[in-house]
Amino acid sequence: MKYDTEVCRILERRQLTPDTFRLRVSAPKLAPMAKPGQFAQVLVPGMALRRPISICKIEPEALCFVVQVRGEGTRRLSLLQPQDQVDLLAPLGNGFPLAGDSGRHAVFVGGGIGVPPLLGAAAAFSGRCSAVLGFRSASAVILTDEFAHAGCQVQVATDDGSFGVHGLVTDILKTISFDVCYACGPLPMLRAVAALCRERKTPCWISMEQRMACGIGACLGCAVELCRADGSHYYGHVCKDGPVFSADQVVL
Amino acid sequence: MADMQVKIAGVPFANPLIGASGTVGFGREYAEFYPLSRLGGISCKGITLQERPGNPPPRIAETPAGMLNSVGLQNPGVEHFVAEDLPWLKQQGTVVIANIAGSTPEDYCAMAERLNSTAVDMVELNISCPNVKQGGVQFGVTCQGVESITAKVRKHCTKPLMVKLSPNVADIAENAAAAEAAGADAVSLINTLTGMRIDIHTRRPILKNNTGGLSGPAVFPVAVRMVWQAAQRVKIPVVGLGGISSWQDAVEMMLAGASAFQVGTAFFTDPYAPVKILKGLEKYLNTNHIKSAAKLTGGVRPW
Repeated sequence: MKYDTEVCRILERRQLTPDTFRLRVSAPKLAPMAKPGQFAQVLVPGMALRRPISICKIEPEALCFVVQVRGEGTRRLSLLQPQDQVDLLAPLGNGFPLAGDSGRHAVFVGGGIGVPPLLGAAAAFSGRCSAVLGFRSASAVILTDEFAHAGCQVQVATDDGSFGVHGLVTDILKTISFDVCYACGPLPMLRAVAALCRERKTPCWISMEQRMACGIGACLGCAVELCRADGSHYYGHVCKDGPVFSADQVVL
Repeated sequence: MADMQVKIAGVPFANPLIGASGTVGFGREYAEFYPLSRLGGISCKGITLQERPGNPPPRIAETPAGMLNSVGLQNPGVEHFVAEDLPWLKQQGTVVIANIAGSTPEDYCAMAERLNSTAVDMVELNISCPNVKQGGVQFGVTCQGVESITAKVRKHCTKPLMVKLSPNVADIAENAAAAEAAGADAVSLINTLTGMRIDIHTRRPILKNNTGGLSGPAVFPVAVRMVWQAAQRVKIPVVGLGGISSWQDAVEMMLAGASAFQVGTAFFTDPYAPVKILKGLEKYLNTNHIKSAAKLTGGVRPW
């Protein structure tokens, strides 16, 4: 079985910023199946569609998620407390390709709520990694300690200069050398990161987001425009073909 | 123990639950959860003569108690279906219904012809997809359109033929009657209701296609009403669908006049929804000493 549902008990809930919080849930069935970069479809009682939430950290019998309140569904999730239960469908998607890269120097480039899915992959590099994380302002900064703990050299950029470098993640990225890049964040950020990697001829993996229904490849809702080898375009799907794609493969 | 079997257009189903087209793909994703033989049947993702890329994203928007989609019939084409998907599906022990769509009546006829010599158990004529400019709904909105396309396809189709009707019409019972008159063996209803959502911050519609098809619990009462109206009008079996998410919904749909029912959006909320619906339905029949699921059909007692 590749994925399944499990009713998971909330072990821990921590507020990270005014609109993001971290949930650690007991998932003895799903956690052993999960890989970094995969995601879960989280059921919000009373709503027709689950919410796709990236897996931030995988423990032997637990999973961690960082959720940003964006609408009614994520607002309701934000009200969950320890001992409450939540129904997950996981692990979904392909995850980050890490096997061939673990001996190299990796850089993790995250923007805002794109930061959490990268954390699980950082652990695979045992110290040979950097994290370049971008946020709107100091009040939105999350997970810097966790990336440092995973062995990354961490640098932060903020839009307003209230924390770290005043500017964009790519301003920092230009100053460091790396063998492989993993990125997740807003589209303009992914475009800039992909362009920089292309210039340097460095492999770049990006994790994409799309509005989603089934999460497993049946409904074809979460389309993403991809390139074939011959240059023609087609629609793949974030849930099944992704969420991680080679940057060269996606029409950004 | 109640008998769960039903027969639609001569085709025996182990139970009256069919996975609705567009929500269960070609079955593979849900076979991860349970054997597909648990389902009475599967109506495959709508297929066309040639591969279709589908509509640009975003294709999904959530709504109160439902969702909008504008997938736009993305599919690998009939030859791929016959070569790759059908052989696997036929081994799963469930009834396989091919949902076909086209841009012209000739497309539909060619699809039907192509499927005659295959192991498909039934053909569902999709003349109600609201998300493509060419193909689908323009054939399904008027009685004349329904009658004309059904009659043409009937001439080329040797498989049991079910016509899937659009709810975006003045009188669905008339359209059901038109399909029956033109030789349909069954009708299925409803397809999605055309809807729209707008992002108030960007003032853009959420769907790139601007409009999409509404499904989920939000449409259930509309579907029950339409099935009830259609079932009174025609003698051929009516397969009811639209927002069924619980066994209670399934019972209600059958009481309204459905001989079988399809489950769609509920798969997304809970992949195990079909299994739970069937368990609940069977328990309801046993508790109430109803000998077979088929006995529920049309059992409503209107005021």
